[in-house]
Amino acid sequence: MLSRRIIPCLDVRDGKLTKGVKFKGNVDIGDPVETARIYYEEGADELVFYDITASSDRRDILIDVVRRTAENIFIPFSVGGGIRTLEDMRRVLLAGAEKVSVNSAAIRNPRIIGEGAQAFGSQCIVLGMDVLKVPRTPRIPSGYEIVIDGGRRPTGIDALWWAKEGERLGAGEICLNSIDADGTKEGYELNLTRLISTNVNIPVIASGGAGRPEHLLAALTEAKADAALIASITHYGEYTIGELKEYLRRHKVKVRETW
Amino acid sequence: MPSIAIIDYEAGNLTSVLRAVRFLGFQAAVTQDPEVILAADKVIFPGVGAAGAAMADLKRLDLDEVLLRIRDQGTPLLGICLGTQIIFDFSEEDGGTVCLGLLPGRTRRFPPDLSENGEKLKIPHMGWNRVSLAKDHPVFRNVSPDQEFYFVHSYYPAPADTSHVIGRTDYGLSFASVVGQGSLVAVQFHPEKSGGPGLNILKNFCNWDGRYA
Repeated sequence: MLSRRIIPCLDVRDGKLTKGVKFKGNVDIGDPVETARIYYEEGADELVFYDITASSDRRDILIDVVRRTAENIFIPFSVGGGIRTLEDMRRVLLAGAEKVSVNSAAIRNPRIIGEGAQAFGSQCIVLGMDVLKVPRTPRIPSGYEIVIDGGRRPTGIDALWWAKEGERLGAGEICLNSIDADGTKEGYELNLTRLISTNVNIPVIASGGAGRPEHLLAALTEAKADAALIASITHYGEYTIGELKEYLRRHKVKVRETW
Repeated sequence: MPSIAIIDYEAGNLTSVLRAVRFLGFQAAVTQDPEVILAADKVIFPGVGAAGAAMADLKRLDLDEVLLRIRDQGTPLLGICLGTQIIFDFSEEDGGTVCLGLLPGRTRRFPPDLSENGEKLKIPHMGWNRVSLAKDHPVFRNVSPDQEFYFVHSYYPAPADTSHVIGRTDYGLSFASVVGQGSLVAVQFHPEKSGGPGLNILKNFCNWDGRYA
């Protein structure tokens, strides 16, 4: 039986670990390579690096973070943020990432999903979705809209439709981030998570809002997520990965034993 | 210090295997040069991608013949993921692909209606799952008999001869996640992405003399 995955997400800006609330007010909180190593040793099942560097000419800094991380940690990790072309994908994969995540670029150019899957395999391509709850309309029947550019720009695209379309185009996994819940520590958006996870046949990672162990439990059980992305809940030392897993194990969720 | 050749047939992320083997202190190279591969002390046959394209690439580079010779000369050979799937006679992938035939059997696709305890399972099988060892093997020395490893795949090995099964994994059905015969051992999971236990397996392999009763 497959274990549910716990995946710390490291937001990186100009080579430094950072964390904001609802995508705003980011503060630097440490070194991403060192933090990745600590999470690896604590038993994280996978890692995500999300590059929020504003200027594209500083992207090489992230490649260096990826390369240094890959020298020391031997679990899968993905890289997202600013991935626009096959060449961007190739660079992070060669630097040692297992997967790349496309988000805004996939909305602007959906073909990048299929081209990436063709070149590197579906298992490499994660469709990142930033989602905002909106009133249901004929255009957005699910009541969840895709937003891009770090949560700033609404697209008029229905999140459920886009998740299915992403799967059809060749994405191997979906990382589903609720902008409403992001950084609030008040729990994942369970309705959204369940809606997407039960309507696609690829794994769905719930993202945004984890503040207490029971939030992970709810996402992985009632909301049917395959994995839970975390950040604030462990970044400040409130909980360790081990404590989160112990809680889940006590509540009959299968998680990987830490060696 | 044994030399390790990692076969490069342009299929997927070979650098992560190289990094892991070097991290363990071994001398390794990613290569498609038949002479280098045939002269190596151990050979790793990784791969991510599809069976059809992989077989075409291997044939174009004459590496299909090289792999047969590696097996015949008894050099320790480790298959990983797609590398494992194409050591069999045949794969169901890409409308059916004739493979290397280093071990009898075939590679089958997970059925679309896969379920476990009443829950529909997703494909690919992606994440950490348990390998239950059916028997001892030198490459699994000091590895717990039901350790978890990282998997990503939509097809699974189905060896014709159950005596070649070293470990099994459950995902809606029970499949052979570790197979081996003589100096050949092959794993469906990714040891280079499976943390400490994965590194343990790579280290055991790099130190293995290829003997297995």
